Amino acid sequence: MNEKLTMAKALNRGLRRALQADPKVLLAGEDIGKLGGVFRITEGLQAEFGENRVVDSPLAESGIIGTAVGLCMRGYRPVVEIQFDGFVFPGFAQIVSQVAKMHMRTGGRQKMPMVIRIPFGGGIGAVEHHSESPEAYFAHTPGLKVVSCANPNDAYWMIQQAIGSDDPVVFLEPKRRYQQKGEVNFTDRPAPMHQASIVRHGKDATLLAYGPMVKTCLDAAAVAAEEGTDLEVVDLRTISPVDWVTVMSSVRRTRRAIVVHEAPLTLGLGAEIAAKLTEELFYVMESPVLRVAGFDMPYPPARVESEYLPSIDRILDTVDTSLAY
Amino acid sequence: MRGQSVEMVQLLTPDGERVANDDFEFTGSADDLAGYLRDMILARRFDAEATALQRHGELGLWTPLIGQEAAQVGSAHALRAADVCFPSYREHAVAMVLGVPLSNLLGLFRGTDGGHWELLEKFKNYQIVIGCQALHATGYAMGIQLDGAVGNDDSGQNAAAIVYHGDGAASQGDVNEAYVFAASYNAPVVFFCQNNQWAISEPIALQSRIPLFQRAQGFGFPGIQVDGNDVLAVKAVTDWAMERARHGDGPTFIEAYTYRMGAHTTSDDPTKYRESSDEEAWRGRDPILRLTTYLRNLGAVDDAWLAAVEDEAKSLGADVRATIAELKDVTMDELFETVYAEPTVALESQRREYAAYLAGEDA
Ligand SMILES: Cc1ncc(C[n+]2csc(CCOP(=O)(O)OP(=O)(O)O)c2C)c(N)n1
Repeated sequence: MNEKLTMAKALNRGLRRALQADPKVLLAGEDIGKLGGVFRITEGLQAEFGENRVVDSPLAESGIIGTAVGLCMRGYRPVVEIQFDGFVFPGFAQIVSQVAKMHMRTGGRQKMPMVIRIPFGGGIGAVEHHSESPEAYFAHTPGLKVVSCANPNDAYWMIQQAIGSDDPVVFLEPKRRYQQKGEVNFTDRPAPMHQASIVRHGKDATLLAYGPMVKTCLDAAAVAAEEGTDLEVVDLRTISPVDWVTVMSSVRRTRRAIVVHEAPLTLGLGAEIAAKLTEELFYVMESPVLRVAGFDMPYPPARVESEYLPSIDRILDTVDTSLAY
Repeated sequence: MRGQSVEMVQLLTPDGERVANDDFEFTGSADDLAGYLRDMILARRFDAEATALQRHGELGLWTPLIGQEAAQVGSAHALRAADVCFPSYREHAVAMVLGVPLSNLLGLFRGTDGGHWELLEKFKNYQIVIGCQALHATGYAMGIQLDGAVGNDDSGQNAAAIVYHGDGAASQGDVNEAYVFAASYNAPVVFFCQNNQWAISEPIALQSRIPLFQRAQGFGFPGIQVDGNDVLAVKAVTDWAMERARHGDGPTFIEAYTYRMGAHTTSDDPTKYRESSDEEAWRGRDPILRLTTYLRNLGAVDDAWLAAVEDEAKSLGADVRATIAELKDVTMDELFETVYAEPTVALESQRREYAAYLAGEDA
């Protein structure tokens, strides 16, 4: 059974299905009840499941995440919504010091099956603090898993996989793709959440991306194809842990890799991928791993964000540099 | 004393005299009280042993509880089987009363493990980040409520959470957010604040301009101050608060007005920031002394009884020292295994690399 849905609707369906499947799943966050969240991802869910399953939270991010820790301890599987990427930081301490560490501190006795949903990334012309890409902070924290969906089908399935996981998952939703439509296949289970996927096959170089940049990379690959360059595009899907098997199998074939992300360049995920590929595939590769990323500045005002964000042109320029080695 | 109110609930004076209170009465027996006295004496001994162990280099750090025995023993005895406790890092006497193996506490401070405790479903592992656990307790209490385990006619089915935090912790955002969440959802949680007057070197005056218990009103639930060195009063007040929570009447804030007689931790030097006269004044309020006086006058305990408890304390001390040798360091393998509930390929490969490195070293 297939249906064309926006990513926002697909997430909503995925959440609904998770709420139906397990009475221990509950949603919490600011404005997620009657309003359905500022992006309407939880629309209609409180009406359907009640105020105890879809809980409007006081305006306190640490409170939302910290109480979710307690709910996990009581056997619940809380899915919390952080309204925007830039507002996760008041809850950051709970995430990195509590959520991430509890399982190991307790010798594996205390699981933290929590999902922290964060609409992330730029490109929607928002005011400051509404367009950030904080994934590296979380990916750098052992104990957390970090994933990002890039299309409606993944949105529908990955949110359920994240909720089903016994580990805490930071679930990054590319907000500028919320309204993008795509086919959702409700019957065929997709790959496991921690598996990357090759979304376009090519032989000249591999573009590695996740979340909002997957579409940008596909668009770049389409332009490149007109010019006779055959690019492979890998959607990482999982940011922590990275699926090195898929990444390396692709780069082993194309022998060139370019990582693309919106987050600032320095110490971003691209740095890790470049280091790892250099360690493992040094003698295979034809050129160094290159990166196209945001700059090392706070996210810029909306009117200039298009200059900050990796564009098709910047990606293609970097592809040229890679091919010129 | 600053912050001590005329409303402070006290049932036993520092001189060991029973006093009446209009709202609270201690309903236990003299035998119960003798049991509490024994708990307090043993807790103080355990604490002294652990402090000594730190001096001998066996523990990396210790957080002494001396002075706070009544607050902890009295409140711990108010807990029932289904209640769950969220401690900070100094609640050794609560742990003892609830039956947590003392080796568990020592292991954390020795660094053999990170809180791999046996009774975690009842007594959560210690929390070092100030105030975080107030939110955990509140969330847990929200879960109790969602489970329908409050306000049942069969009171045996009801439960509540209790969280211990300090006076310094009351300044933390997380603690204040916990008060907000607890009030918003009417969660069955009791905030048990041991105001021991100090947050390391900072006096209570720096944390609050009003007595702490008065803050609760601003959050919309009752706050009450109790003489934290009076085990009868602490037990009576905590019983009341826990029962309110279990009954569905929501959160309560208890300020146990007490004093940290020792250092903040074994790394601390209280002579740098407080007057010895202050300590002297509080010595006169000692929780163990006053209960001993009362029970002696009552004829409930005598020299022989005290000598027997002293013997018990001695053998507890010997046990504690012996325990150190039995504590096992967590292994790297166990750590690799417990970072995630569901193992990751990436971390497994680090584990294998490390194993190969070790094997190479042995060869
Ligand atoms: C978030 C945080 N900040 C600072 C510290 C360092 N620290 C440990 S204990 C303490 C004082 C706590 O005082 P209080 O809450 O009154 O508890 P007490 O130790 O007196 O029981 C401080 C500042 C910490 N552990 N966590």
